[in-house]
Amino acid sequence: MTRSLSLLAAAACLVSATALSAADKVSMDDPNIKAAYEEDGRYYTDDGVPTFNVAEDGTVDWPTFSGFRRYHAECHVCHGPDGEGSTYAPALKNSALDLDYYDFIDVVTNGRQKVGAAENSVMPAFGTNPNVMCYLDDIYTYLKAHGSGAIARGRPAKKEKKGEVFAEMENACMGS
Amino acid sequence: MKKLTLLTSGVALCAATMAMANDDLMTQMDNPAQWAIQTGDYANQRYSELDQINAGNVDDLQVAWTFSTGVLRGHEGSPLVVGDTMFVHTPFPNIVYALDLNEDGRIKWRYEPKQDPNVIPVMCCDTVNRGVAYADGKIFLHQADTKVVALDANTGEVLWEVMNGDASKGETNTATVMPVKDKVIVGISGGEFGVRGSVTAYNMETGALEWRAYSMGPDSDILMDPQTTTHLGTPVGENSGTNTWEGDQWMIGGGTTWGWYSYDPEADLIYYGTGNPSTWNPAQRPGDNRWSMTIMARDPDDGMAKWVYQMTPHDEWDYDGINEMILTDQEVNGEMRKLLTHFDRNGLGYTLDRITGELLVAEKYDPAVNWTTGVDMDPNSATYGRPAVVAEYSTEQNGEDVNSTGICPAALGSKDQQPASFSPKTGLFYVPTNHVCMDYEPFRVSYTAGQPYVGATLAMYPAPDSHGGMGNFIAWDNIAGEIKWSIPEQFSVWSGALATAGDVVFYGTLEGYLKAVSADTGEELYRFKTPSGIIGNVMTYEHGGKQYIGILSGVGGWAGIGLAAGLTNPNDGLGAVGGYSALSDYTALGGQLTVFALPD
Repeated sequence: MTRSLSLLAAAACLVSATALSAADKVSMDDPNIKAAYEEDGRYYTDDGVPTFNVAEDGTVDWPTFSGFRRYHAECHVCHGPDGEGSTYAPALKNSALDLDYYDFIDVVTNGRQKVGAAENSVMPAFGTNPNVMCYLDDIYTYLKAHGSGAIARGRPAKKEKKGEVFAEMENACMGS
Repeated sequence: MKKLTLLTSGVALCAATMAMANDDLMTQMDNPAQWAIQTGDYANQRYSELDQINAGNVDDLQVAWTFSTGVLRGHEGSPLVVGDTMFVHTPFPNIVYALDLNEDGRIKWRYEPKQDPNVIPVMCCDTVNRGVAYADGKIFLHQADTKVVALDANTGEVLWEVMNGDASKGETNTATVMPVKDKVIVGISGGEFGVRGSVTAYNMETGALEWRAYSMGPDSDILMDPQTTTHLGTPVGENSGTNTWEGDQWMIGGGTTWGWYSYDPEADLIYYGTGNPSTWNPAQRPGDNRWSMTIMARDPDDGMAKWVYQMTPHDEWDYDGINEMILTDQEVNGEMRKLLTHFDRNGLGYTLDRITGELLVAEKYDPAVNWTTGVDMDPNSATYGRPAVVAEYSTEQNGEDVNSTGICPAALGSKDQQPASFSPKTGLFYVPTNHVCMDYEPFRVSYTAGQPYVGATLAMYPAPDSHGGMGNFIAWDNIAGEIKWSIPEQFSVWSGALATAGDVVFYGTLEGYLKAVSADTGEELYRFKTPSGIIGNVMTYEHGGKQYIGILSGVGGWAGIGLAAGLTNPNDGLGAVGGYSALSDYTALGGQLTVFALPD
């Protein structure tokens, strides 16, 4: 009983330690993270790269919430829940921070292969898939938000409303 | 009528020469010293008459020898043993090794196909393969890219090969094949890519396509006779594979066929289940979506369906119906019946009459199951055979863009493909299960050929208000519809079970333990930690007068997705430490065969 309890406690420490280190590593003032301006409900850095915005009460911007939904339809069967990685695919919550935005977009659009004696890792090209491409910036900002520690694992509890412009663009992109 | 006569004479012509292969495999399967088919036998009982290793001595078990497969990802299925040779397969790139049991497993031959690596990401949930099949001196390999290859069992030489599907459209393979009579029965994967599922029979000698039965579509495609094919005793009628779909949605309807197949030689029927309808967003495909989620009984000669039973009409949760059909002859109310028992992803354990398709039992085999209050068992009712859906957990009734929470089981089901076993000695089924629930939010999705076609977001977590673990290993009474005993497991049990005449039941765990438990009580008798998590199936054979137990390690598969980082319950907060337990704290990748025996 004691043994299993300490095991559980150790696991809990591990989780919080991981969360801390992620948060430690990334500063919310990092120019690749910090929201400089907002346009039609989406936030951008100074360089015009999409990013997330989490209000003090935990409310996330709509695109980040949309990214959470689309990630868990299109990506999680390989990359695991919450972008945490699986036994065979990398943790995208880290890739979204490690990769430059334009490289990230390129890999999702065109795919990537690492095939050899020890590795059979293939990212497919999603360029023709509207379920991914129409929400690519959403997925990117969601992963960045979780990878930087700005939002925890799981479904964001509070979100901004879906904006009219967002809905219009979504409909145009998905073709309805 | 003319067509019928033609078919009949064709069958008669073949029967004389081709019955041989069937007889050969049946003879091989009847010899308990061998493990000649992935499922143990045609009935899928996964039961062995061997009893040298038994409840009294299993705690003396030792590792006899090991073999690295050289491949890292998820290892499902098991080796075969035919004569003095063991056949070991791997996940992609789907290598086959023939090991000489007379020479400590020296490699007699190996076969490594060349496949386009672009098939890798089109496979849902890792690059698993559930093993090769044997018949008539041939080894049958069904590769990831859907190529079926017949190899000479002695030399590994390719005898014929045929492409069953098109990976660029999302058609892939993870399953084994089933040799029956003069044919090889072959399924297909790709339900999350909007493919139209089918079962295909190829000629065992030549690889020529004999028949193909789709899961949905016109009567000529689904090989059903509107008058003689029955659903719960009633003729299915005309256009049954299209009239519960809107427009031409059946063309991307899903209903894939990647499970284990069984065969009753006396009734001359093959049995299998079909998977979920595409997409996961039920609002986008109104209707019952027949014949997805269906138990099929077909004639192996021409593929015609004798009876069908749709378990989950209009799926709202991804409860694929592909799990194995276990065939037994048991007494029901004082009468011997030919039964089919099936543990569905939807959490219900079904017992049917396998000759007529009559539904006898449908009960929950995990008490956590909550999406239904049960199946209507009244033959006179308008909803006979249908599960009553609980509105709170109906993703259809709650609608698009609504997150339905606390649904049990999760999409991976109370049990996935990991096969159960049956012991004729105890009359019990031994079932590896998942104990996982989910939140599920469907939304609009567009179809593009060869691209994922999912349309729902979901979060999975251990069943709330239970033991905190994500699995159970249970003993099930299929006549009473009751759990006899249940062993809680920290992770889903993703390994196929083996029951033996030695009153022992074996299974593997995701942490990597091979466990042996008492067939009567479930008491643990032995455990050994293998190098990686187990998603393979336990097998046994005898060589040189000694009984061996074999198991593939190599964590991965669907279990490797959710569990690698641990599952969280968004409703539980940080208190639910059990759910945070990550499999990666216990095991890492690596394909290895471990073979056990008693000391000399």
